[in-house]
Amino acid sequence: MPTVGVKRDLLFKALGRSYTDEEFDELCFEFGLELDEITSEKEIISREQGDTKASGASDVILYKIDVPANRYDLLCLEGLVRGLQVFKNKLEAPQYKRVSPLSGEPQKLIITKETEAVRPHAVAAVLRNITFTQERYDSFIELQEKLHQNICRKRSLVAIGTHDLDTISGPFTYTAKPPGDISFKPLNQTKEYTATQLMSLYKTDSHLRHYLHIIEDKPVYPVIYDSNGVVLSMPPIINGDHSKISLKTKNVFIECTATDQTKAKTVLDMMVTMFSEYCAQPFTVEEAEVVYPDGKTCIYPELAYRKEKLSSKFINQKVGINESTEKIAQLLTRMCLLSQATGVGDEIEVEIPPTRSDVIHACDIMEDAAIAYGFNNITRTTPRTYTVANQFPLNKLTELLRQDLAAAGFTEALNFALCSQEDIADKLGKKISEMRAVHISNPKTAEFQVARTTLLPGLLKTIAANRKMPLPLKLFEISDVVLKDETKDVGARNSRRFCAVYYNKSPGFEVIHGLLDRTMQLLEVKPARGEGYHIQTADDSTYFPGRCADIFVRGKNVGRLGVLHPDVINRFELTMPCSALEMDIEPFLGHTAETPLTHDVPMKEVIKHRFPTRDESQQSAHSRPTSTKTVFGDVSTQVGLEALSDFLADKSYIEGFVASQADMIVFDAIPSPPSPTLCHLWRWYNHIKSFQTDRARLPSAKSRYVLPATPPATPNDASDEEDIDLFGSDDEAESAEAARIKEQRLAEYAAKKSKKPALVAKSSILLDVKPWDDETDMSKLEECVRSVSMDGLLWGQSKLVPVGYGIKKLQIGCVVEDDKVGTDMLEEAITAFEEYVQSVDVAAFNKI
Amino acid sequence: MADTGVLETLLQRVEKVDDGVDSLDVATSLGVDHQVIVGAVKSLQALGDVISAELRSSKHWELTEEGTEIAEQGSHESRVFSCIPLEGLAQSELMKLPFGKIGFSKAMSNKWIRVDKAHEGGPRIFRTVESIEDQVREKLFLVQKGNILLFSLTVKSYWITKGNSFSTTITKQETELTPEMIASGNWKEKKFKPYNFEAMGVAPDCGHLHPLMKVRTQFRQIFLEMGFTEMPTNNFIESSFWNFDSLFQPQQHPARDQHDTFFLSDPAHAHQFPQDYLERVKKVHSEGGYGSQGYKYDWKIEEAQKNILRTHTTAVSARMLYKLAQQKFTPVKYFSIDRVFRNETLDATHLAEFHQIEGVVADYGLTLGDLMGVLHQFFTKLGITKLRFKPAYNPYTEPSMEVFSYHEGLKKWVEVGNSGVFRPEMLLPMGLPEGVSVIAWGLSLERPTMIKYGINNIRELVGHKVNLQMVYDSPICRLDS
Repeated sequence: MPTVGVKRDLLFKALGRSYTDEEFDELCFEFGLELDEITSEKEIISREQGDTKASGASDVILYKIDVPANRYDLLCLEGLVRGLQVFKNKLEAPQYKRVSPLSGEPQKLIITKETEAVRPHAVAAVLRNITFTQERYDSFIELQEKLHQNICRKRSLVAIGTHDLDTISGPFTYTAKPPGDISFKPLNQTKEYTATQLMSLYKTDSHLRHYLHIIEDKPVYPVIYDSNGVVLSMPPIINGDHSKISLKTKNVFIECTATDQTKAKTVLDMMVTMFSEYCAQPFTVEEAEVVYPDGKTCIYPELAYRKEKLSSKFINQKVGINESTEKIAQLLTRMCLLSQATGVGDEIEVEIPPTRSDVIHACDIMEDAAIAYGFNNITRTTPRTYTVANQFPLNKLTELLRQDLAAAGFTEALNFALCSQEDIADKLGKKISEMRAVHISNPKTAEFQVARTTLLPGLLKTIAANRKMPLPLKLFEISDVVLKDETKDVGARNSRRFCAVYYNKSPGFEVIHGLLDRTMQLLEVKPARGEGYHIQTADDSTYFPGRCADIFVRGKNVGRLGVLHPDVINRFELTMPCSALEMDIEPFLGHTAETPLTHDVPMKEVIKHRFPTRDESQQSAHSRPTSTKTVFGDVSTQVGLEALSDFLADKSYIEGFVASQADMIVFDAIPSPPSPTLCHLWRWYNHIKSFQTDRARLPSAKSRYVLPATPPATPNDASDEEDIDLFGSDDEAESAEAARIKEQRLAEYAAKKSKKPALVAKSSILLDVKPWDDETDMSKLEECVRSVSMDGLLWGQSKLVPVGYGIKKLQIGCVVEDDKVGTDMLEEAITAFEEYVQSVDVAAFNKI
Repeated sequence: MADTGVLETLLQRVEKVDDGVDSLDVATSLGVDHQVIVGAVKSLQALGDVISAELRSSKHWELTEEGTEIAEQGSHESRVFSCIPLEGLAQSELMKLPFGKIGFSKAMSNKWIRVDKAHEGGPRIFRTVESIEDQVREKLFLVQKGNILLFSLTVKSYWITKGNSFSTTITKQETELTPEMIASGNWKEKKFKPYNFEAMGVAPDCGHLHPLMKVRTQFRQIFLEMGFTEMPTNNFIESSFWNFDSLFQPQQHPARDQHDTFFLSDPAHAHQFPQDYLERVKKVHSEGGYGSQGYKYDWKIEEAQKNILRTHTTAVSARMLYKLAQQKFTPVKYFSIDRVFRNETLDATHLAEFHQIEGVVADYGLTLGDLMGVLHQFFTKLGITKLRFKPAYNPYTEPSMEVFSYHEGLKKWVEVGNSGVFRPEMLLPMGLPEGVSVIAWGLSLERPTMIKYGINNIRELVGHKVNLQMVYDSPICRLDS
């Protein structure tokens, strides 16, 4: 997690108020930051280099704030203040704008093809008429450093260069040359060096030497020249001294060179959004043109605002809250995600600014809503997930055995799974090549060279570290060792072992042997050859000759016991005789009625998900001949397709934020795959195609998009879904009883519908009755509504549905005989209670 | 045991009097050392309630040898005075006397005597007064001046009275009940030596479970009580694919650095993956999909193949969730407690390997409120009831929350775990249905154990440098009390 150091007083000044340390800590906590440390430059230096060095240093109070690793927009004072001010509703998030230069011609950065061999990407921008102060300048430099350390992955992915534009003249060329051919005066040096010389010069530089490896072995090094051949920088190592910025710099040229294009754009966006605040025209950034080796040009910075649409229901459901669409839009706006309700259902349009590159999915937006709502204001609920617990059989056996081995007088040890090669080989009198051991490629010390293949060394080391303890020492461990195994997907597997040692003035083989007998008794294996267990002389260099035996269980060798070889005892720095036992316990697992879980995954997928092969999607595409007339026009014509493509230009889906039946319906209406020239449509079409096999699972459409080829025959069918609403409930906390009743009624309803006796024409109506305000007595209101009685009117179930701002509407169902009761009569009768009722709407009307 | 004769004599003495005797008096009257009587008192006390003895102490002042001499023969100066005849005494003569020198100067300063230095035949001493006074005052004076002629002596004695079962005869006490006594029944007549209940008992000859494993057992128990099924985490070696890629952790993520993760040189690569799934993972990283923008970078199979020592048990959770997606979805609750490995810098609280506790719930429609509710239940079982949640970042969960609990001792909020809702970019490519949410949380086993057992250095707890005495002495583990 990156830590940002800001001067406390400067921070408070920018925030427009001061806080106590506790208050600020609390604010950080709520926003997802952490006030890690309160310190000063003096304190830091004195801690790291001693008091004498610190004597002259500043004792201005610094806040060290931990920032989430994906929030690059909070890595400097400017960004932190902006984020917090918007969060506290004290500031509207600024709109960042890219502008053309007054002169008309943007600065150009020409990339040559040579860069492909080393660092192929570059982007650039200009901050025009900026005013630096010492603090702003320091923050500007510090942000580059923070970005370099984080998103830029220590400059390997992206390197930033900032230059005083007035000292250089475009167009600039980004190229790559052999190191001997590059020569310039680097930043803060007095003379010119060739790139080769620089690399050796910086070998000893405590800061720069960490970046040398990025280009060191490359045949060519990246370099940026201006039109006069002045070197701007040799990324990712060092800038030229000529173009260095100072407090007096007014116009800054920023270039980012990269191996990752996406990250370069993000980094450039961060630099310019954070510091354009200090330009003469705040939050405007002058564009620069990048010319690619193939002649294509691109304008940077991107400063792209993306719009996403999602429903407040999605957020409410994922977070577990129940807020109105407007409220949720407000919450998101406080997180710098400018949002508003579109008025279409509960849809919210969210604008993701260029500073929020971390928002890549609806779930990121949902999290921001939850943060703004306050994690600790969310009601804690218990999921109703019903499951039956199971133990992992191997762990169950281990747990049971451990208890009884301790009862048998042995004490449990717990050793590391990693150790040195020597531990598992040389010290035991074995060769490492014979050990089937897994080797670690990057151990920091010899303690982590291999994963252990035996538990014995760990136990012997435990004894060595506890030689002062009274004898005898009786230790055991049940744990995993790791062995190479070609049959596994990763080429290795764990093996659960039981190991015990006895350390005393006499070897005590009989003690260890007795422990084996006891263990076998616990595992229900009888002492016998064949079906039981027995031990049999073995040769093993770890053990004293003639004092070692293999353990056979049901004819299978499961382990070994014996008196340790004196050389082994010596190598582990022990002085007493010692006997030991080590065996596999997996052969004793037996069978369980339930299939135990394993971590092996099937390599071939049996069930087909919504990830079909191309052939299948085409089959399903033409399996449904439908109308080609949609709300976008006739999609069998170019005009209709263009309209649809335009519609999809800023949307992922026809409706909302996830694929739904709306997409399927429109997809089906398109007779043949569209041409790639309609790029938005083409992108959407291919994406929706991937959902085909699983289309039935997608959520239903909210609106109608495909118009029938012929006028609708009856309105009945189209309203099926709304029928369900009459008895259904959106409430998550709906009881099982209610669900049962719903099922029953649905069944009754279906039965009725199928019979269609139609003796009396009846309709079921769902009314929305809205009160005047949140203080209206809803129970009284309902009482009034139910007091309306007419011949042929039967009131049904009702519920209160939140509308927003604490206001709830009454949703009430009724069944009417068509001949006797009309909706207008009903509305009239209810609105008569004007003391309570503001309006009445028919939410659903269905013929029964 | 003291001489029986003394014991009986003492008992007879006690019998004769009603209100008791002082041991010092008995010693004097019997003409034996006081210690002999004290020994007899202790022996009698050990026999039970024969006598009762109350310890008394009295302070005596006794004269030193010099003091005694003075008391008998007078002070040095008075002896000087008295040995000087009227006609005087030569100083050299006086100095030959044992008390001469010390008595002379004192007598001089008292002006009892005078020296005639001009006298023929050497200096001569004469009396100046007729008589001298009060030797006792002189002695006291000497004591005040610090000439220690007296020393103080504290004498401890017993005031001996009859006990409830007083008798003048002595019966020998038995130390232990024997099978013979039980058989013959003569234990009824025997007196038994009382036990010393102040002493410690003999330590039982037994083995001990390791404290960290005891805590593990309790955590397993808690998960089982909550209906969670244990995951098969017996695979320390994992491919980067399952450890990182499947969790939507990008390939340039710092956790995948050599500095943080142990990579393997042998076997260096995993060689088998569910190919269809791998393609979907590749796509969601590099291009996005499932409603996501993706990370938009060049995803490489070579990175995914790299074998490592797993950095979290979530790698196993990923395998389990993938398997779950390969069958008709049923809600699950999973847990695991097992080793994970980090190539980190080591200190008093960090080791290269530690145990991760992890809980996972997958079901339709789980909310963030559900996650906090489950965490509340889980931590209540650990005896932690005050919880609050801080927004955090984790590449594979969104939302992510750090769990803080209020530490009564430190009087501040401390982090006790991490939690979150798995990202759709992780779940959907696996093939889990769209409406399914998966909530998860994790914490280390070592930290609560160190707090529980008051251990400051993790090496004393885990690994071969363990303090076995600590293992022997560690109490049972009840996390909620």
